[in-house]
Amino acid sequence: MADVDKNNLLQFLLRMGDNTLILGHRVSEWCGHSPVLEEDIALANTALDMIGQTQMWLGYAAEVQGEGKTADDLAFLRDAWDFRNVLLVELPNGDFGQTLMRQFLYDAWSSIMLGRLVKSSDPRVAEIAAKASKEVAYHVERSADTVVGLGDGTEESHRRMQAALDYLYPYVGEMFESDEIDRAMAEAGIAPDPASLREEYDALVARVLDEATLTVPEGKYVHKGGRNGYMHTEHLGHLLCEMQWLQRAYPGCEW
Amino acid sequence: MYAQMIKTVSSGVKSRDEMSDEERAFQDKIDRDIKIEPRDWMPEDYRKTLIRQIGQHAHSEVVGQLPEGNWITRAPTLERKAILLAKVQDEAGHGLYLYSSAETLGITRDEMIELLHEGRMKYSSIFNYPTLNWADIGAVGWLVDGAAIINQVALQRTSYGPYSRAMIRICKEESFHARQGYHAIMKMAFGTPEQKRQAQDAVNRLWFPALMMFGPSDAESVHSEQSMAWKIKVKSNDELRRQFVDQTVPQIEYLGLDLPDPEIKWNEERGHYDFSDPDWKEFFDVIKGNGPCNVDRMKNRKEAWEDGAWVRDGLLAHARKRAAAKVAAE
Ligand SMILES: [Fe+2]
Ligand SMILES: [Fe+2]
Ligand SMILES: [Fe+2]
Repeated sequence: MADVDKNNLLQFLLRMGDNTLILGHRVSEWCGHSPVLEEDIALANTALDMIGQTQMWLGYAAEVQGEGKTADDLAFLRDAWDFRNVLLVELPNGDFGQTLMRQFLYDAWSSIMLGRLVKSSDPRVAEIAAKASKEVAYHVERSADTVVGLGDGTEESHRRMQAALDYLYPYVGEMFESDEIDRAMAEAGIAPDPASLREEYDALVARVLDEATLTVPEGKYVHKGGRNGYMHTEHLGHLLCEMQWLQRAYPGCEW
Repeated sequence: MYAQMIKTVSSGVKSRDEMSDEERAFQDKIDRDIKIEPRDWMPEDYRKTLIRQIGQHAHSEVVGQLPEGNWITRAPTLERKAILLAKVQDEAGHGLYLYSSAETLGITRDEMIELLHEGRMKYSSIFNYPTLNWADIGAVGWLVDGAAIINQVALQRTSYGPYSRAMIRICKEESFHARQGYHAIMKMAFGTPEQKRQAQDAVNRLWFPALMMFGPSDAESVHSEQSMAWKIKVKSNDELRRQFVDQTVPQIEYLGLDLPDPEIKWNEERGHYDFSDPDWKEFFDVIKGNGPCNVDRMKNRKEAWEDGAWVRDGLLAHARKRAAAKVAAE
């Protein structure tokens, strides 16, 4: 592995771990409220996988940071401006269709990203990616199937899925933004330049949305500000309030 | 015990002379511990009682997601969140498995869900109590799953094959939940004074509701004679409750917590703990729908079902289109 600025690596790991943490949390909000028992099980399972991935990404991030912190410290004791997840994953669940559309748009990116990361020059990154990519291959298959089923279902389910896509699509672009951190990662062979994933992503998404009889919105506008922490949505603060409450109210406890 | 106060559909236990040939052959099988399978002949009352019992058990697993789900988004560490997610996922799986068992008796899952939503089927009274602090999550695993196991281990020997097999499979996971729950409340009881206070609060609040899970005292349990004869019920309510108390009191003491009932005392003569009865008036209030969470729990479940109708319809419509296209292509 080439020498790499520690802070750049840390930022990259936070981006990976915060995505899975925040989306895993969002998905876990569904517990006991989904449309059918099989979905309760599937959503809990997805959330569980994502929390497991978070433990790996943030665990490594804490090591790289070298301040004696743990994955839990990073998850439960940072404020919103230090989170590095893309905006897409912090958006509210909405209806079941919006949750599954968000999941698919994320899973598609994640499956391609992890596919590249298994060849990372950083053995720890490669190892985490190898574990996670097996889970994500299943997630994307499942979320894609559901998007197709609901897009090409009834008139109502089609309408809801198109509305979900229209709402979420402007948040897709952020996953492919590149900055100097990404360039450093790419140069060191640790991670691909996100922009280089776009073509494969577009092809995958187009194939699924086509089968789902859904239309990619025309607008090219991209909402961003999550992965560099410049400007998160208002939603993240509320999510953290809930997620971090016990750790904040009773600091320094063992749980 | 997730199946509670199951009203046996029966006009009283028949003597052998009163039985028809079929009934006698059926009872002989049960007496010889031969399992009844879905295709076997069975009395209509046996079938109906089992649907009630297994259905209630399934509903309990599903509604039981809510009090635990109440803390998933506030779990204090990633590991605790993962453990709780895995547990709730297991419980939903139990629900699925039990609905399938009940379906072998000629009722569909959707029909049972409808009966639940109309208030014509019930779920265990325990899930009408709130989870108010993090220690409750430990206490639920330890006490509630713990109480459920005592009943379900007994039910592994139940006469209906699919139910018995479901119990064997489910018990393994429930034991795991109970151990994890105890471990979680241990952390609280052995933690800071504030954590210990939460643990004590959880035990105080959940102790009597846990005792209620076994149902009213034997003296007041009507209908159980027939269920015992059919081996749908294997041990009496009081027997199971006593077993739970005997097993749990030393665990509370190990945690260094005060006992939630001042009457708990070891009775050397009986070889069991003495303890107070739960407030049975409260129990019947909860059963009638007046527990602290009954209304919210049912509202949540109904909303989930109704809000999800478009999803179920959509997926079904798509599956039909697929099937039609496949036929057309052949
Ligand atoms: Fe269960
Ligand atoms: Fe349970
Ligand atoms: Fe359980």
